Order: sequence, then C-alpha cells, then structure tokens
Amino acid sequence: MTFEQSVFYVLAAVSIFSAVMMLLQRSPVNSALYLILNFFCLGGLYLTLNAQFIAVVHISVYAGAIMVLFVFVIMLLNLGDEKRLREHLGIRMYFGIAFSVALLAELLYILGFSSANAYVQQSPSAAEIGTVEYLGKVLFTKFLFPFEITSFLLLAAIIGAVILAKKKVVQ
Amino acid sequence: MENILQLLSNPIVSAVLMALAPLLFILPYALVTIYIEMKMAAHIQNRLAYMQTGWHGTLQPFADILKLLQKEDIIPTAASKFLFILAPYLVFVGTYSSFAVLPFSSAFIGSNIDLGIFFLIAVSSLVVVGLLMSGWASNNKWSLFGALRSAAQIVSYEIPSALAILGVVMVSGTMSTQEMTHFQDGGIGQWIIFGGNLPLWQKLSLIPFMIILFLIYLVSSMAEVNRTPFDIPEAESELVQGYNTEYSGMKFAIFYLAEYANLFLVSAVVVILFFGGWTSPFGTFLSGPVWGAFWFVTKGMLFVCLNIWLRWTLPRLRVDQLMYVSWKVLTPFALLCVLAIGLIVVM
Amino acid sequence: MHSYIPIILMVSVGILLGSVFLLLHRFLGPHRPNPEKLSTYESGMPPVRSARERFSVKYYMVAVLFILFDIEVIFLYPWAVNFRTLGLFGYVEMVLFIVILLVGYLYILKKGALRWD
Repeated sequence: MTFEQSVFYVLAAVSIFSAVMMLLQRSPVNSALYLILNFFCLGGLYLTLNAQFIAVVHISVYAGAIMVLFVFVIMLLNLGDEKRLREHLGIRMYFGIAFSVALLAELLYILGFSSANAYVQQSPSAAEIGTVEYLGKVLFTKFLFPFEITSFLLLAAIIGAVILAKKKVVQ
Repeated sequence: MENILQLLSNPIVSAVLMALAPLLFILPYALVTIYIEMKMAAHIQNRLAYMQTGWHGTLQPFADILKLLQKEDIIPTAASKFLFILAPYLVFVGTYSSFAVLPFSSAFIGSNIDLGIFFLIAVSSLVVVGLLMSGWASNNKWSLFGALRSAAQIVSYEIPSALAILGVVMVSGTMSTQEMTHFQDGGIGQWIIFGGNLPLWQKLSLIPFMIILFLIYLVSSMAEVNRTPFDIPEAESELVQGYNTEYSGMKFAIFYLAEYANLFLVSAVVVILFFGGWTSPFGTFLSGPVWGAFWFVTKGMLFVCLNIWLRWTLPRLRVDQLMYVSWKVLTPFALLCVLAIGLIVVM
Repeated sequence: MHSYIPIILMVSVGILLGSVFLLLHRFLGPHRPNPEKLSTYESGMPPVRSARERFSVKYYMVAVLFILFDIEVIFLYPWAVNFRTLGLFGYVEMVLFIVILLVGYLYILKKGALRWD
C-alpha cells in the first residue's frame, strides 16, 4: 500500500465515522462539530487528489464560514433538543428515507456494475491541474461565462438573505 | 556526534523537529510579551506594575504560570462537558498550525506550501468555531454573549483583511509566504509597502494604495485578535471575561496562550505582507538565515508593541461602530484599492 | 501533498501540548468540587434560566453576508495570482464581476441590513 493509499483509507474511515456520528447526536451543536470533522476529512481527500486549492477553500468556506452560520442558526432557532426538530419533520422524513434508499442503490450499482474501476489511475498532470495558477488560467479563459454567471448567483443570494432576515424582524 | 547528525537528516525526525520549533518560540515569547504588556500598560497609565517578584517583577510571568497550575479545574454542572474541554484545543490548534506557514528566515519555514497566506485565512476561521464552542458549552450568559459578539466581529473583519492580503498577492504574484519575502529582498526600498520589486513609476503610484491597505490590514488584524479598541467580546465591565468566563486553571491558560500567539501571528503577517519578512532593511548587509530570523522576530515584536500601545491608549468601540467600520469603511476602501492596484500593475 | 505533512504534524503537536497541559493540571491542581462552585457564574446570583435562549437575527445576517463576500474574495485569489498573464482582458472581467456584486452591496446598504440597532 502506498502512502497516499493509506492516507486515503484513514481519511475515508474517519469521514464515514463522523458522518454517522453526526446523524446520531442528540444535540445539534454536537452534530455540527462532527460535521466539521467530516469537512476536514474531505479536505484531506482533496489533498490526496492533488487539488490543493480546493482543499483549502473547502476548509475555509465549509469548516469555517458555513459552520459559523450553522451555529448561529442553531442558536437563532434555539434548537436545544432534537425533539422539537422532529415535530416539524412529518412527511418529509418518509421522503428522506426513500431518497436515501435510491442513493444507496445508485452507489451500489456504480461500485458493482459500471466501469468505475477503469478510472483508478490518477492523471499524470494532476499535480499541475490542482494549483491555483492553473485553476485561474482555466477559470478566466475557458470557463469565463460560468464564472461571470456566478456573480449573479451571489447577487441573488445576497438579496434572498436580506429579504428573509428582514421578514423575521417585521414579525 | 555522527549518529546525531544522521538522525537529524532523517526526514521524519526533521519534520517532527520542524513541527516543534514554533513551540520553542511561542512559549518564551508569550512570557516576555505578557511582561512587556503589563509594564507598558502601567507606564502609559503612570503606574509601576510588577515590582515584587524578581528584579522589576521579571519573574512575575513564571509566578503566574505556577499559580494557574495550582488552580482547581472547574467544569460547571450546567456546561456540556465534551465541548467545554474541546474548545480550548480547537482554538490553540487553529492558532498553532498557522505558524507552519510563517517563514522565520530563508532557511526555516514549517511548510512552504504554495497557498501559504491563503491557508492562514482558512485556518483563522477555525478559531472562530472554537470560540463559539467555548461560549455555547459554558452555558453561561456572559460566555455566550461574548462568543457571539466575538464571532460576529472576527467574521466581519475577515473580509477587509482578506482583501488587503489580496492586494499584496496581486503585487507579488504569489501566495507562498516564502516567495513573497524573496520578492521583497534587497533592502527597505523593495518592501511591498514601498511598491516592492517593480519598475519605478509603478512603485511610486502604488505607494499610497499600499499604505491604505496596510492600515486596513492593521485595523482588521487588531479586531481579529479581540483587543481594545475592538475588545467588545471580553469587555470586562459588562461581560466579565467574555467567552472564557467559566474557564479556570490550565484551560484558561491555553486560551491566554492562544491569544498571545495570535497576536504575534497577525503582527508577523503584517511584516510578511508589507515590511519585507525576514529580509534585512539594509540589503545584503546583516542578511543571512540567522540574521533573517533576527529581523523577522524584531519586526514582528515591533508590531506586537504597537498593538499593545494602541490597546492601552484607545477607548473601546461600540458594537454598531464596530460593524460600521468593517462593512462601510474598510471593505469598500479595500475593494477600491484592489481595483486601483490591478489597473496600475496591468498597465 | 507531501508539503502538507508538517502541517498535520503541527496539528498533532498542538493537540499533544493541550493534553500535556491538562494532565499536568490534573496532577498538580486540587480537586474539591461542591455544588456552589460548580454552578454557573452569574455575578453571585443563582442563575436564571438557561443561557441558550433565542438570539437576534442580526448575527445570522452578518454570517450570511460574510459567506457571500468570502466566496467573492476566494474567486479573486486565483485571478490575483496570474492576472499579469491574463492582462487587460482579465482585469475587465474582474471589474465586471465586482461591479455586479457591488450592486448587491449597495442593495444591502439601502435596505439597512448592516445597521446594528
């Protein structure tokens, strides 16, 4: 087993463990904590794929910014206990179960029947593709249009956030 | 002797030594800085501060550590025990791992990754999560208020500070802290605050924007370490100790250590970004790996002292003023500077 | 990948140091808890209710805006590293991107979402 492989197995095991623990926790803050651990493992997995920039962005945005937001929301809604959360679930829970079964079937199909095994080799230029320089070069030439569209997406998000928060204030 | 050299050249052993080295800096640094801070504060306010323990109270920081070690470790019954213990770890680990990308000299850097300065931004947001955890876990009103305010403040000031760093990245063309320092090698005129290593007319037109970016970074870094005038999270007169009110003994000491380590960290980043990192101000005179470490620490400590000076001179800001400064003053100015720098460099 | 190993080591050193501190403390410090001592500190009064009450929506607003602007800044970084090679074209692209987001910023200002009172 190479070094990269052993790192992959450790990270994969920890990320599955943290994902399961996140679901099993009673207190939402504990769940959020396991989610951070999970994000870190995913960041590590990006690193094993030589995607350095993505790895650091993942940690910065998800483990940092999104987590702060989650904790704020937990406090804002005062989700002290899971019981109150469950009252709101109702029919959505059954949909959730149905979707996760579908996802599981899909994953099993990919692992068992498809040609996924043909892609286990990493591209020789992977190390170059993962750098910021390369990413910038491609993002601002080849994928220029999607990049500019992103700004509209962010604009829409800003407006949405303001409207949501303001509505709560009026109530 | 030969065995030792052989052992040192082993990659694993040298990596472990590299990982331990910043600790050997942080611990004595914290002791010295606590002393300097108390003395400076006292003299600014016309007091004497420590005089009893040792010559002019020089042994006081050691006495403080001994005292903290003998204190009882209290975990309130209302607190969430696991999170309560975990929070200081998160804060300290976040701060300590950022030291990996500080280039102490041309020969020493924990890890010379390409993303250097960007990694720093990413990890500093982890400290916020640690603070929030401590406030939530304590289940104390002061702690929770302190943590919320602290998180809101740090998060708000991260935008202008990231934009200020961006301006420097544009000028130097790299995110690696070591390369950024090499870019400024060659004396005081080559430092990025003076336009770096660019043609003369570009340098001259860059200077005003670099000075503005420097001030923006300085202000937001002060906010990010939660010190006066930005110390609303631990405003003693209204919030007791803020997020670490319930912490005692060594857990409190870890928060304290992380706070001082963070102070050096942001000062060191100012030095790397604008004041030439480990390069000597006299060009090749007094330069080299050992002098490099000397210059780096000296410049860093100068900014630490500046921080202390400002802390004991300025009054505390109100929350609304704090948000005003970050979102309505620093952010638009930083954005304008970035655009102007882009125009100058691209022309 | 390999240049990140020192960082992983430093994280472990940080955890180790914290544990050493806490263990040292366990052996050196006294341990005599009583209910009074373990109660939540509230300026000498018996604590009233839990601290985990509902919080102002302002904090949520700040966090959301932080994420959005953070993502914007992250997009600027790959550009900053090689905008010399992209030249004037790249600069105009970025000005366009920033101007669109400035519209959002002005909207926030107009709506007073950043006013803290």
